[in-house]
Amino acid sequence: MIKLTHVSHVFAGRQGEVHALDDITLEVRRNELVTLVGRSGCGKSTMLRMVAGLLRPSSGTVTVAGELVGKPRQDVSFMFQRAALLPWRTVLDNVLLPVEILRLDRAAKRRRAHELLELVGLAGFEKRLPHELSGGMQQRASLCRSLIQDPLVLLMDEPFSALDALTREELSIELQRIRMEQEMTIVFVTHSIEEAVLLADRVAVLSPRPGRLRKIIDVDIPRPRTLGRNAYADRVAEVSAELHELLMPAPMASEGAG
Amino acid sequence: MTAVPRTRRIGSRATRRLVDWGLPVIALVALVALWWLATIVFSIEKFLVPAPDDVIEAFVGQSGFLLEQTWVTLLETVQGFAVAVVVGISTAMSIASSRLLEKMIYPLLLAVNAVPKIAIAPILVVWLGFGQFPKIVMVFLLCFFPIVISTATGLKSTPAELTELVRSYDASRLQVFFKVRFPYALPQVMVGLKTAISLAVIGAVIAEFVGADAGLGFVIVQSGASADTPLAFAAMALLGVISIVLFYGLNALEKVILPWAEENR
Repeated sequence: MIKLTHVSHVFAGRQGEVHALDDITLEVRRNELVTLVGRSGCGKSTMLRMVAGLLRPSSGTVTVAGELVGKPRQDVSFMFQRAALLPWRTVLDNVLLPVEILRLDRAAKRRRAHELLELVGLAGFEKRLPHELSGGMQQRASLCRSLIQDPLVLLMDEPFSALDALTREELSIELQRIRMEQEMTIVFVTHSIEEAVLLADRVAVLSPRPGRLRKIIDVDIPRPRTLGRNAYADRVAEVSAELHELLMPAPMASEGAG
Repeated sequence: MTAVPRTRRIGSRATRRLVDWGLPVIALVALVALWWLATIVFSIEKFLVPAPDDVIEAFVGQSGFLLEQTWVTLLETVQGFAVAVVVGISTAMSIASSRLLEKMIYPLLLAVNAVPKIAIAPILVVWLGFGQFPKIVMVFLLCFFPIVISTATGLKSTPAELTELVRSYDASRLQVFFKVRFPYALPQVMVGLKTAISLAVIGAVIAEFVGADAGLGFVIVQSGASADTPLAFAAMALLGVISIVLFYGLNALEKVILPWAEENR
């Protein structure tokens, strides 16, 4: 579904060039959920923005559904770290924003918006303004907005990282539920190991500066997954430990790697 | 999962109303009483400081004339302000949309604004005569600058995540502007409008001082010349009323069209 081939990216920084990504090759299969983990500054978000068509790679190619990505596509939607709701629009109108810009069928999408809001537990809040909602509810509304265009690909850039731990887990579980109802290919950027294990079919680990693909780990734990007590606790712990080792520098080498 | 409560203020709506309106009224009444007392205790001459009843007498005696002059000044103020809103907002839009234009126009605006407007007033009379037109121009000149500055600031303060969001839908420049940037700037635009409306009345009076045959500024100059201080005071009070009404009118408009703004800033 998504294919990155020898993708590199160089930013023109204040003090010369910054290599954000170096020779990344990665394929995300249809309906797969891949999480990208890595320390801050390893180019996770940059990678996501390239798939979204918001940024062009310095070299290499990015394709979605077999087509070269040149500009944002209607069937790819992007969810940001912050809810990014328009403060003057009600929850419902915020969810319908893409419908207006992309000129989709209003009546049908209105029904769909109500369904989605119901699905994430926001029924009854359609007419509220964003500032009347808690952070978790705002992010739920934002999730509905990114689903309204029925995307084939959903790109999520640390969408739950500004939330408290419990709300965060709640939303992760909801995302799994939504995935069971609707087929979607998801790339999910996070720096939380827990979140990566909970959500992913595969975890792609990136090393920082320049961002290189360090390892890809298959997470073969049955769904639905939770972080609480469950039959697969051993396997969850094992994958988490492996990720931990990959992301945390060895004590000896800590000077240079931070 | 709980929503933030809609209201978290203490006391009922009615009590708050009473406090909001009652306290300033008490202060005003006290001040007028003090003024009255001072004129009696120190037996101040009427042409120096008239007592409140002299002012009321002057107002009642010439109410038709005064209201006519009030209308003239109000009209000049509102017309000049309206032109400043239209021209100011469009100028700000072009500044915010193009870096080249911004670099070109901005220093020029600053230079024009640096000239004290009152210095232009006599020249406006030479150019445009004694009618209402030079007054409208003066009001415009005073209002224009704050409107341009705050609108341009508002248009340039769109959060990056909102711009990126609409970019991810491949929105056109026009869509980005009308769906996000302009609405986002509106509270800031209102700040400019409120600053401008207070200056608008000042502009009208300045222009009337310099050369006019009507308006409250003209009344004040005339009554000063004939030592009719109570009439001047009545005219001043009317100017105050115009200012307050226009300002609170804008305030009320803001509450109606931007209910979200108060909670977000």
